Amino acid sequence: MGEANGHSKTNGHSYVGTRQIRPDGVDKVTGRARFGADYNLPGQLIGRVLRSPHPHARIISIDTSKAEALPGVKAVITRDDFADQPSEFIPAGEMMMNYKDVVRNVMAREKALYEGHAVAAVAATSVAIARRALKLIDVKYEVLPHVIDVVEAMKPGAPLLHDDLFTVGVEPKPEKPSNIAKRVEIKQGDVEAGFKKADVVIEREFKTAPVHQGYIEPHAALATVSEDGATELWTTTQGHFIVRAHCARLLGLDMGKVRVTATEIGGGFGGKTVVYLEPLAIALSRKAKRPVKMVMSREEVFKASGPTSGATVRVKMGATKDGKFVAAFAELKYQAGAFQGSPVQPGTMCAYAPYDIENVHVIGYDVVSNRPKVAAYRAPGAPIAEYAVESVVDEIAKKLGLDPIELRMMNAAREGTKAAYGPKFGPIGLEETLNAIKKTEHWNTPLRKWQGRGVASGFWFNIGGETSVSLTVNEDGTISLMAGTPDIGGLRAALTSVAADELGVPYDKVRPIIGDTGSLGFNFLTGGSRSAFSGSMAIVEAAKQIKADLCARACKLWEAKPDQVEFSGGYVKPLGALAEKVKPMSIADFAKVSGKTGGPIGGVGRINAQGAGPSFGTHLVDLEVDPETGRATILRYTVAQDAGRALHPAYVEGQFQGGAVQGIGWALNEEYIYGSDGKLQNAGFLDYRMPVASDVPMIDAILVEVGNPRHPYGVRGVGETPIVPPLGAIANAMENATGIRFTELPMSPPKVLKALKEKGLNKA
Amino acid sequence: MAKHHIEATVNGDVVEFLCETEETLLDVLRDTLNLTGSKEGCASGDCGACSVMLDGRLVCSCLVLGCEVSGRKIETIEGMAKGESLHPLQKRFLEAAALQCGICTPGFLVASKALLEKSPNPTEHEVRYWLAGNLCRCTGYDKIITAVMDTAATMRKG
Repeated sequence: MGEANGHSKTNGHSYVGTRQIRPDGVDKVTGRARFGADYNLPGQLIGRVLRSPHPHARIISIDTSKAEALPGVKAVITRDDFADQPSEFIPAGEMMMNYKDVVRNVMAREKALYEGHAVAAVAATSVAIARRALKLIDVKYEVLPHVIDVVEAMKPGAPLLHDDLFTVGVEPKPEKPSNIAKRVEIKQGDVEAGFKKADVVIEREFKTAPVHQGYIEPHAALATVSEDGATELWTTTQGHFIVRAHCARLLGLDMGKVRVTATEIGGGFGGKTVVYLEPLAIALSRKAKRPVKMVMSREEVFKASGPTSGATVRVKMGATKDGKFVAAFAELKYQAGAFQGSPVQPGTMCAYAPYDIENVHVIGYDVVSNRPKVAAYRAPGAPIAEYAVESVVDEIAKKLGLDPIELRMMNAAREGTKAAYGPKFGPIGLEETLNAIKKTEHWNTPLRKWQGRGVASGFWFNIGGETSVSLTVNEDGTISLMAGTPDIGGLRAALTSVAADELGVPYDKVRPIIGDTGSLGFNFLTGGSRSAFSGSMAIVEAAKQIKADLCARACKLWEAKPDQVEFSGGYVKPLGALAEKVKPMSIADFAKVSGKTGGPIGGVGRINAQGAGPSFGTHLVDLEVDPETGRATILRYTVAQDAGRALHPAYVEGQFQGGAVQGIGWALNEEYIYGSDGKLQNAGFLDYRMPVASDVPMIDAILVEVGNPRHPYGVRGVGETPIVPPLGAIANAMENATGIRFTELPMSPPKVLKALKEKGLNKA
Repeated sequence: MAKHHIEATVNGDVVEFLCETEETLLDVLRDTLNLTGSKEGCASGDCGACSVMLDGRLVCSCLVLGCEVSGRKIETIEGMAKGESLHPLQKRFLEAAALQCGICTPGFLVASKALLEKSPNPTEHEVRYWLAGNLCRCTGYDKIITAVMDTAATMRKG
């Protein structure tokens, strides 16, 4: 049987690598597409959450009797509706989670640990009644001292969030509990010896503010539980199989009885990999025996769903006078929020991943404080650590009088480099991205006074993981494609191109959907830049089954041997002498006779995708600082990143551009601002100021393609790396524009203005 | 408290509905008239996902009360395509991959159409400032701005 692997990396494709119209597109430009809050069921109730007004308080009692007595209230739930969970860590994407904490985060138990922490929830026949009911719930709190800042939280005597939290990763085991959940460390070579060889050593401390993923669609869930326990849930999530697992665990349900449908998702960026409303909606529906719909307000999204960590990071790097990095040390202190589990581990691993350095030592601390529990945010942990490192790399270049691209090139990780976090890299594209940036007209354009240019590189691992897809040949020969990883940014277009090429059928004859948890085998979530990588691998597998099956059917029909037929270009073709007797049969031809040749035709790809290739990127930015206001305006921006192979170049560019602009927000404006009362002061889009169209220029995207040898098409994940370099690139540009090294993010106008004034650079 | 009885025109159709005083036009569109194409991202007029035209003027429907629209003309994303043919902006957004998750797309399309009706030959600067009230977190705006500029050029050619 020929051409079983009709997926050579460089040619022979009709659709892969082209910019097809996304199959779900028309619904999205006409308002038809149904997102989380767009689902409704007959007889549904409205669910609302009562949230703690205190950043830290013991919950003495919760009296719900008055709320329950209010006409129209059908269910009230509190901590008493959730069984406690044992402490046990399980992998959750790129981070770890513990159900003991999850059950406490979805509904406060002993204490409320941050402003906005859920304390109770109601389901009522109208929004107005639900709101009134919340006011009738009487919660008695004992307000406790709180701590917000990570460094403060680490001090002895700081208010303790959990009296059973003993730092893991230090010897001997501490006798006293603290807010430091964990110490992690990676080590390679001997940094002390390395620093002795250095001609130049630079050490700096950096601070970054927590930032929110900022998806435009708030969390939403609609649940219905019948008398026999059958549960259906519609929710906006990056992983409906994961939601099913969490809800089943938290509520003691059989997974088989829980069917979760992922609605269209209005952005996630990692923030929709965990559960908030879902278990509450199911618990309320189970009590009320009616469907319950819950939608967060924007304020709730900010106060009660995961931002990523703010951090304090110390970086020390040494280089020889010709620019070779010889030693690198870093200490990362990451906020986890109210429960342990910041992305400090990936932060330690990513910090120096772009460089080939013999001696590396990175220490990380995972620190709890009275803030919402962090959730994954695009390359979790990496932007913070790499921002600090890329800032110091730039300082070294300045000090040695070297070109910052040349310095990076000299030290760049390449094929065969052993990363400090363990593995040896295969083919990777960091040098190619540096070269691509160097060749741009952008790099070679002169700047004026108050303008600065910055460059920085970045790295992210990417993951594979468990993936199920199905391809079904319909009676008329069209193809139904089902994937189980929610499509956030064009996944269906990419997978459809792959399926069409594999089966040799027109793109518009393949119709993709995202199947629910009852329709497919397990799928890990859309995260870790894995969905196009793993999904396309699984499609290749499913298509292989179809092609083999059709060849076998042809052998039966033609009374031929397997070596007398081959699948190519959408047909099973007779070979040799057989070609004179019978005509090739298309997939549609087989569909017509499926009943007579063995029944329904289809393939299922069930894989645990391995071999995710890391993606490196380099960003180049020009900005201009207004010395009177301190405002930095991005003038020009270029991204070069290794995509391995871009299945759909436009959506890959979109990832680069979107990540860059999120990074611009992180660098220049976005931050969680707390008052001394421990309350968030900017829980809205007006005051939590994300970039708008007038803040940014066009973002030039350069696709570098260094094929991943472990993927049939050479694909690497692309979604996360783009948010890694912007922070460092912009800080470096600020330094070049003002002569000031900013070591605190965001570099917002008040901060910049203050620094300019201190240096006497401000004329106003 | 009695609900208000309101009569208005939505996408050319006369509609009647009852609404509470505090219900917004967005609530009415989504929950009462089942027009869920307009999205709620913030309920405070900061994200533009609920953009609609009210008597020919671009507004955030979350900042208008349902009982304010009596006798007035409302156009939403659901009325943008005419019969089987998409509006040139809708077509261009698809061709240019000017959406990723798509939650902000209805708002951007309604706002962009309003711009091109007012200003058929906008500069990039004008497009960026006109659309500054619409938040997109996925695209970095690049492909959206390009799609609007390209559509304007196509529409000028007729």
